[in-house]
Amino acid sequence: MNEATVDPHKPSEEVHIHPKARKNRNTFFGHLWDNRVFFLFVAPGSIFLILFFYIPVLANVVAFKNFTYSDGGFVQSLLNSPWSGIDNFKFFFQSSDFWIVIRNTVGYNMTMLILNFFFAIFFAIVMSQLRNRKLLKVYQTSMLFPYFLSWAILAFFIFAFLSPDKGVFNSIIKSFGGKPIDWYNDPTWWPLIIIVMGVWKGIGYNSILYFATVMGIDPSYYDAAMIDGANKWQQIRHVILPHLLPIATLMLILNIGGIFRSDFGLFYLAPKQSGSLFNVTQTFDTYIYRALAQTNDIGMATAAGLIQSVVGLLLLLIANWVARRYEPDSALF
Amino acid sequence: MRQKKRISAVDIRSFSSGANLFFNIFLAIFALSCLFPFFFIIIISLTKESDLTLFGYQFWPKNFSIASYVYLKQFGSQVVQSLFVTVFITVVGTIMNTLFSATYAYAISRKDFRYRRFFTIFALISMLFVPGMVPTYLIVTQMLNLRDNIWALILPMAFGVWNVLIMRTFYMTQVPDAIIESARIDGAGELRIFSSIVIPLSVPGIATISLFTALAYWNDWMNALLYINSDNLVPLQYLLVRIQNNMAALVKAATQGASVGAAAAQIPTEGTRMAMVVIATLPIALTYPFFQKYFVKGMTIGGVKG
Repeated sequence: MNEATVDPHKPSEEVHIHPKARKNRNTFFGHLWDNRVFFLFVAPGSIFLILFFYIPVLANVVAFKNFTYSDGGFVQSLLNSPWSGIDNFKFFFQSSDFWIVIRNTVGYNMTMLILNFFFAIFFAIVMSQLRNRKLLKVYQTSMLFPYFLSWAILAFFIFAFLSPDKGVFNSIIKSFGGKPIDWYNDPTWWPLIIIVMGVWKGIGYNSILYFATVMGIDPSYYDAAMIDGANKWQQIRHVILPHLLPIATLMLILNIGGIFRSDFGLFYLAPKQSGSLFNVTQTFDTYIYRALAQTNDIGMATAAGLIQSVVGLLLLLIANWVARRYEPDSALF
Repeated sequence: MRQKKRISAVDIRSFSSGANLFFNIFLAIFALSCLFPFFFIIIISLTKESDLTLFGYQFWPKNFSIASYVYLKQFGSQVVQSLFVTVFITVVGTIMNTLFSATYAYAISRKDFRYRRFFTIFALISMLFVPGMVPTYLIVTQMLNLRDNIWALILPMAFGVWNVLIMRTFYMTQVPDAIIESARIDGAGELRIFSSIVIPLSVPGIATISLFTALAYWNDWMNALLYINSDNLVPLQYLLVRIQNNMAALVKAATQGASVGAAAAQIPTEGTRMAMVVIATLPIALTYPFFQKYFVKGMTIGGVKG
């Protein structure tokens, strides 16, 4: 590279050169200068990615330290904190919460993943077969409503039904002479409540993609199926489901990658942060938040988060690899 | 009924009329379950407090009252302040995110950007791995010193790789290279091409990502939970989280330290709480039916691999 011959900041000859001709300067700095506007375009996003993605990724090194705050900012604190090897991980593995966290996170996610998958496709197919398009729009709009609300709001919706002294459920139970349930202290029903609420909130949104795919199927497929004498169920099985397979696989890959993650609001706010429900509501994310905010155990909270992220990455790669072998069109990358 | 025969595709796909009726009822019930809780909350917020104490939450109370909304004015300062914080972070954050994501996506969608592969991968990697709540928390509070700062509610969401993917797909499919090429031959610079040709062609895409983003900011309480202590920086959603378990903080603020117990007894806390939920939900409930088609579009665009 001969940088000396090209001075990118010298504008003198620039005036007479046709814009396209500038591309011919084949030096590194020449390329940088030619692409300067594009650099301007990617600059804010790149700074964001460095500050809120790349640096935090590196900051995961805290998981291997006995981290304490000291003056002089994060880097100083990091340097002053002694290495602790894998103690943080050991501590997390040995804590009584470990199995509860794993069981809840994976258990709820698997259940909701399967139910979401099933119901989203079911709703999409049913909606695509309705005769009245106007009613269909009304249904779709209504079903999207919960998706647009936060758990901070939905927690109050739930509370209206579950409030121990004023809630609808206890009123009904009492009117039948039953014994009211102390909902926010009794874990019995919470697995069901969490699964139902999680699926309910997302179903309108999750079914959109499948619905759009079903609507995009060429009508001549149905014609052909009808001529062959296929009934409704056979049409669904042999026309619609094969068309949904690629997009369904893609969604499955994305969801399997997130199996160690949980919807923080659903597990933290919906049960109103009730301590007596931890056994059935504690997941990775609530555990990490509580370790950070309440017990202030930063090293261990980071270690738990790192496990979550690494397992998530591995699952995503494995699912993608499997998809690429059997259904190359629906692989993520 | 009049037009049904015209569209043969509908007939071929459709259920028989018996199945159609059954699934209509099924979907109607489910759709109702999605809307009903909100109407129920509105009714509770309009129920007389003494009825709430005596009979609990009822679908149709005996006595209606707007006392909850009147008392909401007493907590006025906090509710108005929170509403202001929410609107501020939503507007500023949405502008930043939309601008940054749209320009980033434009650069990596242009074939003559020499380093587009690098910057595409630079952004995509962040979708594979999650840096984690605690490291992000440490960087925001210890390195950027944003604890108890309004920017802690804005910056962590000021760029979105998913938005970049939507916009990139949009540019590649909706903005023809030929137009850009001809503008350049006419002597337009890159900035000018972007602002006067690409942006006007991309309005539907920009509408989609800005709506996604505005909703995310409006609904965010997580960043406030992590970074905010001061009352005057609490957004509406986090205010709801705070009053989930007690109204004491609000009541105290409203009565300015006068005997809290006595004041709390007079104030319709139950109804007022629900009135605040109504206020936080209403803007979404009133607007989302009009913008939902952009969400649908965004989902289907984002699903396309590039």
